[in-house]
Amino acid sequence: MAKDIDKRIIADFVAAGVDFVTSVPCKQLAGVIETLDQTPAIKHVPSNKEDEGMGLCAGAFMGGARPAIFMQNTALGVVVNTLATLIQFYQIPLPMLISYRGEVGEPVACQVEMALHTKAILNQLHIPTYHFHKADDVAGLPGILTHTQMCAKPVAILTDASFWKDAT
Amino acid sequence: MIRNEVLKTLIPVISNHLVVCNIGAPSQELHALDDQPSNFYMLGTMGLASSIGFGLALVQDKPVIAIDGDGSVLTNLATLATIANNPRDNYILLIVDNGSYGSTGDQPTYAGAKTSLAAVARACGCENVAEVDAADTAVAVKAALAARKMSVIISKCESGNVQVPVIKTNPITIRERFMASVSA
Repeated sequence: MAKDIDKRIIADFVAAGVDFVTSVPCKQLAGVIETLDQTPAIKHVPSNKEDEGMGLCAGAFMGGARPAIFMQNTALGVVVNTLATLIQFYQIPLPMLISYRGEVGEPVACQVEMALHTKAILNQLHIPTYHFHKADDVAGLPGILTHTQMCAKPVAILTDASFWKDAT
Repeated sequence: MIRNEVLKTLIPVISNHLVVCNIGAPSQELHALDDQPSNFYMLGTMGLASSIGFGLALVQDKPVIAIDGDGSVLTNLATLATIANNPRDNYILLIVDNGSYGSTGDQPTYAGAKTSLAAVARACGCENVAEVDAADTAVAVKAALAARKMSVIISKCESGNVQVPVIKTNPITIRERFMASVSA
């Protein structure tokens, strides 16, 4: 069941002109994905794997759309090559709304393993990274989405368990 | 026929259309045969030609031809499920199936052995799937463009490459001139 925070996040994406979203689901993103499917202003095309999704986003961008991808942080283990050789090499703006699994509040031990690498991978790739830990952090989202278009880069928005627990 | 000969026959059919071309030898051969602003050359990222082409077809109405390879489709096999479940009649996926990884030394792929990409595409739910001989490829693509039906064409050809230069064009130039062709 989508919460107000889910609706607010999607409204911010719509206000930023995002009209194409691909997603690979995560439990923490269930509410935003549900809201996506109730948002006619955004075409939502689920993908099977995140690198495939970034290919869709690259094509959509070249077709005049403004794409975004919603995915889990474990996906960073999948998409390093795609980020470097497609999204960054061709300078495609791409907001990445990422559930930051493996942080405090995480029930699944294995998720911690990729959490340990998440910021290191993003730093290594020189990807602007913003971490939402408290509900109020969402206030930065409109600015981040504008910033993404301005710099024409992939940009990571990490949303951890505390953020989702704190937000209503 | 090898890939380069198939591409030669395709030029009169695809030259004025939006083409997203697979990494390595396919892009280099197309670039050498008929460099067009309406060609998007992948300089990296093996496996995503079908996805990039499909993303483009999803958001605008001009026909899009994605030229992929059997090895690259095997890398991103689930793309066929995404395509099947979100059909767009302006999208043609042409898989040049030479049964080998052409850009890396013609090592055999599983598509050249037991695996039928046409059967996989059909099992994923794709309609209008055709496996054609290399010599019939251009006719099949022309017919798919005329039909305005989403199509997956598997062109069975021989393994082999020709010696052509690496593409030196700046990626931003490739993207910008391609986007100008999209919006023209």
